[in-house]
Amino acid sequence: MKGFNVEEIRKDFPTLMQKVNGKPLVYLDNAATTHKPISVLNAMQDYYEKFNANPNRGAHFLGVSATELYENARERVRQFINAKSAREIIFTRNATESLNLIAYSYGMKFIDEGDEIVVLISEHHSNIVPWQKIAHMKKAILKYIYLNHEYRLDMEEVQTKITDRTKIVSLAQMSNVLGTIFPVKEIAEYAHSKGAIAIVDGAQSVPHMKVDVQDLNTDFLVFSGHKMLGPMGIGVLYGKKELLEKMPPFLMGGDMIEYVEEQTTTFAELPRKFEAGTPNVEGAVGLKAAIDYIEEIGFENINEQEMELTAYALERLREMPHVKIYGPIDLKDRGGVITFSLEGCHPHDVSTIVDTCGVALRAGHHCAQPLMKYLKAPATSRISFYFYNTKEEVDIFIDSLKRVRKWLGYES
Amino acid sequence: MNLNELYTELILEHSQSGHNRKHLDHANCSERGHNPSCGDDITLELICDEEGTIKDASFTGSGCAISQASTSIMIDLIKGKSKEEAEKLADIFISMIKKEITDDEELEVLEDAIVFKNISNMPPRVKCAVLSWHTLKEALKNKEKS
Ligand SMILES: Cc1ncc(COP(=O)(O)O)c(C=O)c1O
Ligand SMILES: [Zn+2]
Repeated sequence: MKGFNVEEIRKDFPTLMQKVNGKPLVYLDNAATTHKPISVLNAMQDYYEKFNANPNRGAHFLGVSATELYENARERVRQFINAKSAREIIFTRNATESLNLIAYSYGMKFIDEGDEIVVLISEHHSNIVPWQKIAHMKKAILKYIYLNHEYRLDMEEVQTKITDRTKIVSLAQMSNVLGTIFPVKEIAEYAHSKGAIAIVDGAQSVPHMKVDVQDLNTDFLVFSGHKMLGPMGIGVLYGKKELLEKMPPFLMGGDMIEYVEEQTTTFAELPRKFEAGTPNVEGAVGLKAAIDYIEEIGFENINEQEMELTAYALERLREMPHVKIYGPIDLKDRGGVITFSLEGCHPHDVSTIVDTCGVALRAGHHCAQPLMKYLKAPATSRISFYFYNTKEEVDIFIDSLKRVRKWLGYES
Repeated sequence: MNLNELYTELILEHSQSGHNRKHLDHANCSERGHNPSCGDDITLELICDEEGTIKDASFTGSGCAISQASTSIMIDLIKGKSKEEAEKLADIFISMIKKEITDDEELEVLEDAIVFKNISNMPPRVKCAVLSWHTLKEALKNKEKS
């Protein structure tokens, strides 16, 4: 890999360098949130040491500089996902807020009784619950596309679920439980052919692969800064300008207005129409630094490292007699998320036991209860990689997992 | 936290043994308790007689070793006790986990359930240990009302 040295990279991440329970931290919960490199931490500290002002207000030096930093971050995000215009980039708190913004603004205006909203059964709760609410309020129908036995999509199923009545198709590009990467470009195309719009939840894909909104031709893309080296509290909503312009504001207040009379208001242009109140400049600055860091490493290197780890972890897990994996085994169109169960062992006990070896993983329903029910999966555990993980860490994880059944009183 | 203190023989025995894990055909009181965030989910069934004595108790459900063992050990303890005594024991157990009662002599009445004392040092597992005891209190409260 060109110029890729994982040991050198790890030195940029102070949290990864610490010990847990006297053991080096083995952090395998990157689908939940990633750690932050020093460059991101410094960028945010720098912002508060030198600037710290409300953008878009007041003409003093600090305010002008804060506006510039904030808008530079927006432009950086635009380049990163190849949007046509920076006005199509709205800063939010996270992917969840971005999805809520679409649901309340677009959904409330354009969904009518009897219309259909289509999602995958594998969606994160953040891409289910807002649609349930809109469907309920508008007497619309929320439909699910189910997966095949390889945890992937059959186009046939897609074509039966998306109909002429469908107004919205919303799906994650990569599942945070199964690791499956779905063909969002084809699905968006099919949705458009039926007159529906397509929303891509990029929370798990944008940190790990090049996502080009013009190539995908998606109407909306949402993601969170904290899952891609950035700080918590900053997220992105990309939307096609034609659509964003037709949509009513989501939150009302300062910064999103032009003229306020006693009884009426005219709203600001994009993107400010959707950014009410003092924005998270620190978060935007941190997100920009995160994108700089990711692009310096390069998606090719990121993918190569993550796929090597995923292949190795899958191989080692499959050698273990009591492990069942929920997700594709085939590496094609798959990311570095592996969900599994260990026979006879509840994930609570699994995480407690591996934690004593320094291993951080995720236990529970992974915010996808409908999926777990559909798969009839017991409670499961999940590991998820980022490019800073190593093969040695996979070994430590496997060794710790091998101890679990013994601790719980099984012979082997 | 030492795993030896958590996964003691007694806890493993109870989490795997089925002696309290069954349906009671003539249960006159039943209560479900669950921790949605972690997936522990039990249903407690009781048979209380006219005098308010817990004649029999059992549970069904699924969850981690700690939640299952805590339920089973609790059932062994409350069988044959009056409702008031059972409630008192639940309060003492919960106080032990909250570190409000630390004196071993005072905790003696909990018998085997005292093995969970160290859970108070493991915040992520506290909920697992107290689930069945809270469920018991709910069950008795609802029985009162009915
Ligand atoms: C696929 C997917 N969508 C949405 C989210 C929600 O992200 P956030 O909590 O940052 O809003 C997550 C987070 O786990 C996710 O994995
Ligand atoms: Zn538990």
